[in-house]
Amino acid sequence: MSENFETAIRSMCEGVGNDKARMMDIVREVQETFGCVSDDAMDLIADQVRTPRVEVESVVTFYAFLSKKQNGTVVFRLCDDIIDRMFGFERLKHAITEELGIDIGETTADGRFSLETTPCIGMCDQAPALMINDEIFTEVSRDTLLDYVEQLKAGITPERLRRRLGDGNNSNPLVSAAVSNNIRTRGEVIFAPLECGRALKKALSMSPNEVIRDIKTARLRGRGGAGFPTGMKWDFTRAARGERKFVICNADEGEPGTFKDRVILTERPELLIEGMAIAGYAIGAQEGIIYLRGEYAYLRPFLEDMLQKARNTGMLGKAIFGKQGFDFDIRIQMGAGAYVCGEETALISSCEGLRGDPKNRPPFPAQKGYHGYPTSVNNVETFCCVARILDQGAGWFSQIGSKGSTGTKLLSISGDCRRPGVYEVPFGIKLCEVLEMAGGNGAVAVQIGGPSGQMVGPKDYNRTICYDDLATGGAMMVFGPNRNLLEVVHYFMEFFVEESCGYCTPCRVGNALLKDRLERIMEGKGEPADLDYLEDLGVTVKSTSRCGLGQTSPNPILSTLKNFRPLYEQLVHEDQPFQATFDIQKALGEAKSIAGRPSMHFAE
Amino acid sequence: MAKPKIATTSLAGCFGCHMSILDIDERILELVDIVDFDKSPINDIKEFTGECLVGLVEGGCANEENVRVLQDFRKHCKILISLGDCAINGGLPAMRNTIPLKECLDEAYLNGPSVYNPSGRIPNDSEIPLLLNKVYPCHEVVKIDYHLPGCPPSADTIWQALTALLTDKPMELPYELIKYD
Repeated sequence: MSENFETAIRSMCEGVGNDKARMMDIVREVQETFGCVSDDAMDLIADQVRTPRVEVESVVTFYAFLSKKQNGTVVFRLCDDIIDRMFGFERLKHAITEELGIDIGETTADGRFSLETTPCIGMCDQAPALMINDEIFTEVSRDTLLDYVEQLKAGITPERLRRRLGDGNNSNPLVSAAVSNNIRTRGEVIFAPLECGRALKKALSMSPNEVIRDIKTARLRGRGGAGFPTGMKWDFTRAARGERKFVICNADEGEPGTFKDRVILTERPELLIEGMAIAGYAIGAQEGIIYLRGEYAYLRPFLEDMLQKARNTGMLGKAIFGKQGFDFDIRIQMGAGAYVCGEETALISSCEGLRGDPKNRPPFPAQKGYHGYPTSVNNVETFCCVARILDQGAGWFSQIGSKGSTGTKLLSISGDCRRPGVYEVPFGIKLCEVLEMAGGNGAVAVQIGGPSGQMVGPKDYNRTICYDDLATGGAMMVFGPNRNLLEVVHYFMEFFVEESCGYCTPCRVGNALLKDRLERIMEGKGEPADLDYLEDLGVTVKSTSRCGLGQTSPNPILSTLKNFRPLYEQLVHEDQPFQATFDIQKALGEAKSIAGRPSMHFAE
Repeated sequence: MAKPKIATTSLAGCFGCHMSILDIDERILELVDIVDFDKSPINDIKEFTGECLVGLVEGGCANEENVRVLQDFRKHCKILISLGDCAINGGLPAMRNTIPLKECLDEAYLNGPSVYNPSGRIPNDSEIPLLLNKVYPCHEVVKIDYHLPGCPPSADTIWQALTALLTDKPMELPYELIKYD
């Protein structure tokens, strides 16, 4: 171990004040600098921040973007979600494994290139996509990818591979990403023009309780998917006793098929920052955290700059807009590739420098959240709605949308439709109208709300998008007539098995069992009783899992069993000769070769 | 109406579970009042004569003949029960599962300390069923409807299960019948 190495690691720890709660920042920096967090590095970190080594290792081994083994200088991460699979993932995978001569999960012998896959990176409207280090590349063809590899081999850095920049702020020098916003419809709440600071000033002229009352009057509900009334959450957080309080923005948009927060972060960060400051004022918090998913690291310099600008104009910092006693600032916490961290208690664990394990509830974060202090965790879009409600009035907001679901909703639409992208629509809109807008008229199925949501067919196209009918955090994947829906379901189950944190048995084991039984059915080895098994086990996993992941992960199976049952029924048969997992020829293989004679009962 | 039929067999088992069936003692007279026995070692009927309501299977599957018999039971029995720990878990015969088959045979016929085998050959008559690579519990081979644990399950447990199934009543298995320590 060289002295330089030791100095570097120790100074990275010192950079965050040797605070073990900032473990995520430390290990991310080590990973970025050295291409891995080696055993030596973990020893040094543990020593420097005075924590047991296992604490460091548990973090490093939990997150997909951290690794113990040395990665190549250039890491390819092919986005492997169902939409990318529909639009050429296999082609890219085949091309690049052949070109580099390595498999997924391997590094070339010269240590230059590593190849990995990653679940949804939030680019489903421009699939297939991949990351090369932190750079994002979208709508990549086989030839383009091979061309990238060639240039990288010639020593070009990933940043210089970009051929074009995206629209809007994607072309901002601090973002400079080849990502498109694809904003298709602009509504009145999120994408309407904005006068910065007006909403916050208005909030500061009111008492915190009045602000919360306004949010309640507007009947705002959380935009992440669960739909908890925001005003109520803030009330609880405000009422809870704590020396410090926190506002956390959940920008860990990990639900496959969702990418609307990416567009908000790119185009409306001011609205988000303002909304967070208002939340801070309302609940009495001085500190805010934006938990940004690792896949969106390319937005970080831009967001840091926006935060600095907000400090310069007095929207963040001490005595905001001259209001004595109201201090509020925001820091960005980077994630490192873990879907479960979108669950609010897992997200808090991650912010605390731990594995992204969900916590027991109660106590809810509003009572005991970040480091045990009252914390309100809200979605990116929710904060934006807050700012707009303060600016335009609760009455104005509650006129938009439907009775139980006020305001607008951003939908991330992808898949078999002519106009994939982000749509801001009023709640209460019919699914068929949305499909019409997106040019997905021929859809045989639509996955509402990502894998944890539900899959519906044409008989449900007249239903409405709102909390009381088809609830969604924003994802909407459209599947045309040529798609095998069971393959889609299977992908979703693979995803949940991979992303389960493993803490509770129903989720860790149950999802794997569900996936196995589904595979058995797909292989034609299932029997009708397997469908009951899937239903029973699905309900058990849902009702006994510890956090939202397991409480929703059986949904792809359960909703397709309900809405697309014939797909399953045509695959299962009575009177299977054996259990699907039993292979008589394999079981007899050894004996046949030892005895040198064939089986008398089971001819091959 | 013809009496329902039951069938029993012992695969890779020790016949202990069948002894336990016989331990229902004089109740066997009650039993034959309500059922006929089809294929079973108890009456020595070798092949099924028709469809059965209940099949009791002792022992797991160690060789291809076990598998064939088990398949036969599944085909002919409406309700198939794994009787005892070997049928359910593989039991003692499954202790060989961690050892490669070749080593097991060598130890049994060539190298074992008590082996006397001047021919130095491992029996390999074409009539000898081939062994499976490991011993399988029955439910890993075919679908099993019920499991009656115990080594062996007590006569009372077997009696309760059978009479409940035959009279279509809920099974009553008090704690004493399903506690094993």
